[in-house]
Amino acid sequence: MSETATQIPHVDYLVLGDSPHLVANECTSCASRYFDRRNACAKCFGSDFTKAEVPTAGEVTAFTIVAFAAPGVPTPFVAAVVDCDGTQVRGNIINCEPDADHVSLGMQVELATYSLGTDSAGTEAIGFGFQPM
Amino acid sequence: MASDDIYILGINMTKFGKHPDKDSIDLGAEAAMAALADGGVTMADMGILAAGNLLGSPGFGQSLQKQIGQTGIPVYNVANACATGATALRTVVMAIKAGECDMGLAVGVEKLSGAGLLGGSGKKKSDDDTWTPDGRFGAVASTDGRIGTQNMPGVFAQVGMEYGHKYGGTSFELFARISEKNHNHSTLNPLAAYSKSMPLEQIMGDMMIAYPNTRPMCSANCDGGAAAVLVSGEKLKSLSDEQQRRAVKIRASVLTSDPWQDGCQILPDVNTLTRMAANQAYETASVGPEDLDLVELHDCFATAELVHYDNLMLCDEGGAVDFFESGKPFRDGERPVNVSGGLQSKGHPISATGIANVWEVCHHLRNEAGDRQIEGARIGLAHVIGLGSACGVHILESSAA
Ligand SMILES: [Zn+2]
Repeated sequence: MSETATQIPHVDYLVLGDSPHLVANECTSCASRYFDRRNACAKCFGSDFTKAEVPTAGEVTAFTIVAFAAPGVPTPFVAAVVDCDGTQVRGNIINCEPDADHVSLGMQVELATYSLGTDSAGTEAIGFGFQPM
Repeated sequence: MASDDIYILGINMTKFGKHPDKDSIDLGAEAAMAALADGGVTMADMGILAAGNLLGSPGFGQSLQKQIGQTGIPVYNVANACATGATALRTVVMAIKAGECDMGLAVGVEKLSGAGLLGGSGKKKSDDDTWTPDGRFGAVASTDGRIGTQNMPGVFAQVGMEYGHKYGGTSFELFARISEKNHNHSTLNPLAAYSKSMPLEQIMGDMMIAYPNTRPMCSANCDGGAAAVLVSGEKLKSLSDEQQRRAVKIRASVLTSDPWQDGCQILPDVNTLTRMAANQAYETASVGPEDLDLVELHDCFATAELVHYDNLMLCDEGGAVDFFESGKPFRDGERPVNVSGGLQSKGHPISATGIANVWEVCHHLRNEAGDRQIEGARIGLAHVIGLGSACGVHILESSAA
């Protein structure tokens, strides 16, 4: 067991380190951005992608406060769509009371990370969400 | 009637609700046999069967044939989420239009009573006790609930909130009042799963599922079946005056999937494909939204109904809140929407929904809707959307002089 625990991002488009951020697969033909592994671009059918860094600050354009979810999903939580300077990102609003008095459309948020826990090999999984600015 | 037109000759929906003593085949058989009887025809007249049942065992159409009549005709088992019923209908329309047959049967059934929330699962990525990246996001743990939500109430809540962010004017209370309208409408529908009116305070005070949708603002899981018999205009000419009078003309039958839009894979875009389908349907039918005497649209959640006022162009772009506030979508308004009670009270047995909403419109166009009849209804529109997405729009017209 090393002194500095190894970390792994929750999803492969989250880049950890000193300034955690998201990275998208950007189509080299039309600049459409995707967060998952792509076979081809859904907009222009091109199949060449490059990595593009996504700004960490943005505006909440839609949200819901989920009170009932599938088994294993802790509730309540705030699910949202955040417009990060033109790139739409899906994420939870964290470090904020999950109610309609504390979350609002148009609110400014920034990326934040948190621990999902450590596995038996000592690796800590790091997730992300957006917190009020 | 023109030979190349297509008509609904017979149509039926079962009572929606709990049917513990009936299986999916029973409900399908009940709706199919009633639709055939309604049209004055039998399985011997059918040239095609298109059938949908998402949660049952595969080969639903063939299982159904074994209970209502095996005649060797082609069976298409179709699946398109909540648009499955509309897809079955559309499949029969295409077969008749292609000249492959002159009559066909479309059936949709679901047994959904007691089902929990649909969509998304909280299952662990692996039983392994080490974090292991998996899937197209390289996720080491389930993303549902940690990176947004995949559950339907949450997704459609955001769809309504997004509209509010874009155009303003929405509130928890506004969405609840849309639900109040539909629950009020349902009191006149004996086939609805729930036919009780609900005061606004009760709707807003009920259990919150995904803000701003409380439980009565979500579609009701229930059991139900619906079926329709379609006929070509040419064949209809050879049938009785009574059959011709009750036949409902399909002025447009359209199915779309979602075209790429910025952000559509972050939050499903249920708007663009609905607008596309509506545009195609209005153009094909040569009618406009102002010609519609009633509309059954896919109010799977109260938040969804609002955006579809706009998507179906029942109002100006951005004007859905004003449209609702004007009273137009109420049953005594200028453009009644969901006089059946909608999915929130009539119920939403997924595969049946896309035929049941056509049944509702036909019922009015035939002047057979009893207490809830929209007087003088001649043209109506039925809309469904299946997340993923698929959108079905049918425009229907009365044949009666
Ligand atoms: Zn592209």
